[in-house]
Amino acid sequence: MIKKVRQHPSQNEALLFETSSPGKVGYQLPALDVPGVDPVDVLGAQHVRAEIENFPEVSEVDVMRHFTRLSTWNYAIDLGLYPLGSCTMKYNPRVNEAVARTEGLMWIHPYQPEALAQGALAILAELERVLIDITGMDAVTLQPAAGAHGELTGILLVRALLEARGNPRRKVIVPDSAHGTNPSTVHTAGYEVVNVASNHHGMLDVAALEGMVDEDVAAIMITNPNTLGVFEENIARVAEIFHAKGALVYMDGANMNALAGISRPGDYGVDLMHLNLHKTFSTPHGGGGPGSGPVAVKEQFEPFLPLPRLRRATAGWSWDYDRPKSIGRVRAFYGNFGVLVRALAYIMAHGGEGLKRATQDALLNANYLRKLLEPHYKIPYDAPSMHECVFSNPSTGAIAKRLIDYGFHPYTVSFPLIVHGAMMIEPTETESKQELDLFAEALISIAKECDENPDLVLKAPHSTRTAKVDEVAAARKPILKWRGP
Amino acid sequence: MLDTVGIPALEDLYAHLPESVRFAGSLNIAPGKSEYEIIDYFRARGSENITARANFLGAGVYHHYRPVLVDTVVSRGEFLTSYTPYQAEISQGTLTAIFEFQTMICQLTGMDVANASMYDGSTAVPEAAMMAMRITGRNGIAVARTVHPEYREVLGTYTRHQPTSISEFAYDEQSGQVDLESLDRALNENTAAVIIQSPNFFGVVEDTKQIADIVHAKGALLVFVFSEAVSLGLLEPPRDADIVAGELQSFAIAPSYGGPFAGVLASKEQYVRQLPGRLVGETKDANGNRAFCLTLATREQHIRREKATSNICTNQALIALMATVFMAVYGKQGLRELAEQNLAKSHYLGERLWRRFNGPYFNEFVAVTTPRSAEEINSLLQGLQIVGGLPLHRFYPELGNSVLLCCTETSRRADMDAVAEAFGA
Repeated sequence: MIKKVRQHPSQNEALLFETSSPGKVGYQLPALDVPGVDPVDVLGAQHVRAEIENFPEVSEVDVMRHFTRLSTWNYAIDLGLYPLGSCTMKYNPRVNEAVARTEGLMWIHPYQPEALAQGALAILAELERVLIDITGMDAVTLQPAAGAHGELTGILLVRALLEARGNPRRKVIVPDSAHGTNPSTVHTAGYEVVNVASNHHGMLDVAALEGMVDEDVAAIMITNPNTLGVFEENIARVAEIFHAKGALVYMDGANMNALAGISRPGDYGVDLMHLNLHKTFSTPHGGGGPGSGPVAVKEQFEPFLPLPRLRRATAGWSWDYDRPKSIGRVRAFYGNFGVLVRALAYIMAHGGEGLKRATQDALLNANYLRKLLEPHYKIPYDAPSMHECVFSNPSTGAIAKRLIDYGFHPYTVSFPLIVHGAMMIEPTETESKQELDLFAEALISIAKECDENPDLVLKAPHSTRTAKVDEVAAARKPILKWRGP
Repeated sequence: MLDTVGIPALEDLYAHLPESVRFAGSLNIAPGKSEYEIIDYFRARGSENITARANFLGAGVYHHYRPVLVDTVVSRGEFLTSYTPYQAEISQGTLTAIFEFQTMICQLTGMDVANASMYDGSTAVPEAAMMAMRITGRNGIAVARTVHPEYREVLGTYTRHQPTSISEFAYDEQSGQVDLESLDRALNENTAAVIIQSPNFFGVVEDTKQIADIVHAKGALLVFVFSEAVSLGLLEPPRDADIVAGELQSFAIAPSYGGPFAGVLASKEQYVRQLPGRLVGETKDANGNRAFCLTLATREQHIRREKATSNICTNQALIALMATVFMAVYGKQGLRELAEQNLAKSHYLGERLWRRFNGPYFNEFVAVTTPRSAEEINSLLQGLQIVGGLPLHRFYPELGNSVLLCCTETSRRADMDAVAEAFGA
């Protein structure tokens, strides 16, 4: 039985271009307090454009209704459990939004003199300090704009360190359970990707790795906990093996929500890692960004970190550009400052003990769901779960769509690739027992439907305003913009 | 819940971890703070930054007015707290908005296709360069010295381990535009792309058409970069470019000490399969209604892994939404009027100062500070609660005693008069 939702009217809405009418406006500008100039006079006729064809012409009310109507077509964490595995969809506290809009933080220009930006620099310094503490590392750069950007920064750092040692080496080892950004990053940094299969427990195969690592291997990229939600118990041993050959250990910290406060990668051989502030530290996903992907490193990487670096001087904080060994800039300015502010607010609200408790609750929620679902869905690898659990079912795609009818966002479908028909579920600490019970009931009910009425599942979703979307047709003849009336 | 799991205490959830990987200490982070204390802390930090009466800094980040509707829309939980729209049936809000974004970026830039946005302008530039290398099979990149200096630095970082050779070409001493002879010398049979910015870092408008002809004659692609998106409301779009990479901060995205912003990557139709990043396409649902979904994913890392067009995973959806709402609020007429106000303000101040370059300019220009130094003038202005222009010697040692000044619709006449006075004009 479907308990969480029932239908209510959903507004139709055309595209802005279709509701436009000539001459309609939604803006106000003050009257000019200086003489107007003729664009053709000062720029030359060849530089002045004709009107922007088909650009919207709508009123303020039109704009408000348009986007409000569109918004109601989205599912969101504010509406309920959003169990996407490895995505850490946790509640986004609104105080974080409020502080990011503090006048003195929102309106500061990146080129305003350092003396006039001390408050911003102090925030960055404090965030660096707590992230170093949480990861057990020695230094951190806050600049990368997202997780994949952090990975790229990290592998460039690996390369810079090895080059300084005399040989950048050629290859980076990536387990087959890794997120696709790992191999893609390795390629961008000019390394060759060597894929390694997981063992029959879905874990790093120590013996295989021992046989692979040689003087040509620069590093291994390890996601820990891995994409099965399992802690790589041999990670310290793997680090020893790699270090013995002069190779480095990069940790993809996408799943740090399983570790904050209970395990610090810097304590057991990880040389460098990135964090996803939009996962572990609750900054909003916003429909796909902005994110932030700081990279935390051991001391030996510090001279190579991106430009510029925060420096404590007698007169206060300043930016240090005089760093000849640096890999250079990875982006303009200093990072996604607004996102960094939100993450620090989250960490302050929790405190050290609160972060640990959040991790414990995330683990509890995942293990609770696993227990409820185990009798009904197959667990492909039987290792203990951390913050997420992975089941397998050949109908994973259909079951996911059927979950929508029950009022939930689907789990991550068909990933990790090493599990056939993967159903990857991460509830996070946000969810109450009531919400978890409703979710488990829904999945158990769908398991029954799969046996009794498979068509009902295969043709889902049935209750959404948009029925199943034809993604194949979209790719076959791409229509990537509005083409006119 | 513990009973269901079958353990007595929370700690037992990770009792299976080896001792060596467990953290026995406690984090050195103060106990959790209340909402009030948190707001208080950030207010205090905010007040340590200057809150100026006026700010004449531009150089890639601009002080434009942000219509109230922008934050009203992006604060809706359905946009703010949703994930990447992989499940199209329950993500039509985000998908429709991105489709409108892609359309408006095409209308503005004169390109055929635009992606769902990049991290920012600076990272869009190397993505455009690498795209051009894949398309042409060549590996030379020639970049104008008038492209934002930090964008050029990021280009260097990204391509350092690619088989890329980067060369820079000069600007004309008088006009501040691309020096066409220098450009010509930088071109050869191996040039994949030429990268120019307009208005360029000095605020000067480039002759894109003329440059495009030179570049295309050598079989290379033209990458057009913009950092001041408002200029597109008035200036001829770069129809002759092959790829456009830009920064949208001007479209209702707060300066926020440099981020988060949103980048643009757009191109001619024939290059769409080499365009990195997310794309939203139109299709139909099972009932025959119009619907949208992410598409052409075979270019992307989660399918192609090491053979992907880029390692980029996310876009900047919420920030791109800010820009989308901004474009809807201003619309066809408003964006033009906004751009014209910027032009009028910058010319009000610019025509009173000794401008270093005589090329046409939009809302920024380089002013010579002689006989005073840039620092002297800025400290004078600081006393009046005004943040002056950017001293250029940091990026262009040859341009000592000159500053880059920016005027927008928010610049008041009285403040511009004060700047002119500080220059001794």
